[in-house]
Amino acid sequence: MKLRIHSNKRLLIQLLVLLTIISFLGVVLNNLVINLIRTGMGISFNWLIHPTGFELSEHAIEYSPSDNYVKVLLIGWLNSLKVIIVSLVFATILGLIAGSARIGKNIFLSQVSSAYVAIVRQIPLLLQLFFWYFIGFLNLSESGFAPLGSIIELSNQGINLLGVKLSAEFSAVVLGLTIFTGASIAEIIRGGLKSVSKGQWEAFRSLGIQESIGLRVIIIPQALPAILPALTSQYLNLAKNSTLAIAVGYADLYAVSDTVITQTGRAIEGFTLLLLIFLSFNLIISIFMGMVNKLAIDKNIK
Amino acid sequence: MKSAIEAKRITKTFGHGNMALDNVSLDVTSGEILVIMGPSGSGKSTLIRTFNGLESIDSGKLEILGIPLDSDKNQQQVSLIRRQVGMVFQQFNLFPHLSILENITLAPIQVQGCSAAEAETKAFELLIQMGIEDQARKHPNQLSGGQQQRAAIARALALNPKIMLFDEPTSALDPEKVKEVLDAIKSLANKGMTMVVVTHEIGFAREVSDRVVFMDEGKVIEISSPNTFFIDAKEERSRRFLNQVM
Ligand SMILES: Nc1ncnc2c1ncn2[C@@H]1O[C@H](COP(=O)(O)OP(=O)(O)O)[C@@H](O)[C@H]1O
Ligand SMILES: [Mg+2]
Repeated sequence: MKLRIHSNKRLLIQLLVLLTIISFLGVVLNNLVINLIRTGMGISFNWLIHPTGFELSEHAIEYSPSDNYVKVLLIGWLNSLKVIIVSLVFATILGLIAGSARIGKNIFLSQVSSAYVAIVRQIPLLLQLFFWYFIGFLNLSESGFAPLGSIIELSNQGINLLGVKLSAEFSAVVLGLTIFTGASIAEIIRGGLKSVSKGQWEAFRSLGIQESIGLRVIIIPQALPAILPALTSQYLNLAKNSTLAIAVGYADLYAVSDTVITQTGRAIEGFTLLLLIFLSFNLIISIFMGMVNKLAIDKNIK
Repeated sequence: MKSAIEAKRITKTFGHGNMALDNVSLDVTSGEILVIMGPSGSGKSTLIRTFNGLESIDSGKLEILGIPLDSDKNQQQVSLIRRQVGMVFQQFNLFPHLSILENITLAPIQVQGCSAAEAETKAFELLIQMGIEDQARKHPNQLSGGQQQRAAIARALALNPKIMLFDEPTSALDPEKVKEVLDAIKSLANKGMTMVVVTHEIGFAREVSDRVVFMDEGKVIEISSPNTFFIDAKEERSRRFLNQVM
């Protein structure tokens, strides 16, 4: 009897949730239809092949204002992809270093890493991006300075790395995303490494195996099951956070879409495209991490 | 007689707590089998772990196979010692993601630069010696506790150590598995291996050991031959301990 009451209650809650969702969708759809009638535009994607007429400061492939909207969205996609991949790689490296430092024997490094994680996680990402852009780059002089001789040169134009020029906007977004995500990854790495029992460290050390080899062959493979799922969700977060690039004027997918929508007035089509295209990043990351996961498991089972 | 382990007045304190090792002096000669006994928390593990540098000492003088392992030891000395000193743990500490064979060949390949084939030949010799050659391709969790501990002994032997350290090697085993592991350790003793064994197995200690060290509260209370220790211990504290465990 008790069970029946319990399951009736659950059914009621589910019904309520369903009702709420349906009414919400109804309102959205209603607004949509009213708007479409009011503007008299209807839904169409023909505008996609019209010339954009606007300039773009940063484009990985040839682009001029006479190119169409498909091309400009593709450029936005490439710009986003560039920022996501570069930040993802650097954030992973930074997180690995900071996370390992946290559990390492060097107390100074451990405290530096701990402070880094604590500070970075307290400050909203948007403020961090502003910081790196306005204070980090735009504050530099035109001529810039070269901390490592001719290898890397920093100026208010961005970074010149061995002749490859990176804009101040791109550099600020990558720096911000790297430092922000690196802190979360550091925590994940630290937790993963700590999940491996102390006896495993002692066992490889007793065999005279070097720390670096033991970490790679004994500790990390056992930490991966704890690390990989959390790492995947950090990568997905990074992709989502990359849309904040618009705040410093970097022409990522979101920024480009925003301009396109403003210019064409095609908000419904524009946002639908934006959402669908954006899913491609999540898909790429999920597929990639799925492969890494499979590789790790295969190797462990071998 | 050549000295394998020489400890002079070594001390070790954890945090601000009591002294885990309080002026411990001890000599182990080459080929000797030394058993360490004492109540829980008396510093047995801490002492044995200083012998391969898993714990560092705060003060005193420690030499393993003639190599100094003092408080200012460097990493080079430690790795030199670890290649010549094998250690077996209470919880086995096998690498769970590697097969038994890989567990055993890892150090010879990574530390000594052996080829995989050389290392496997040697590993199979050791597995046969330990009576678990059928288990070579399995993973640790597929073995019984007794088999796992014998695999761990084989792993420690793979570098041809001159000294073997055992920290309560049978304490985590089901009672019916204790004998097979003790027999494996005895077979090593019969081959003349220098060994330091922390154990509560009185039968084993009486049969195999050359000397018994009794520790309490971080101090060495008594060092006697097994006959003296188990029948007519010199110290009151030793006798009280033996009354409790025998
Ligand atoms: N890593 C450690 N941190 C703090 N205290 C420790 C640590 N290891 C051992 N101790 C303390 O040192 C003392 C001796 O411990 P141990 O050598 O493990 O004793 P036994 O092996 O004889 O049981 C105990 O009081 C124990 O709590
Ligand atoms: Mg102990």
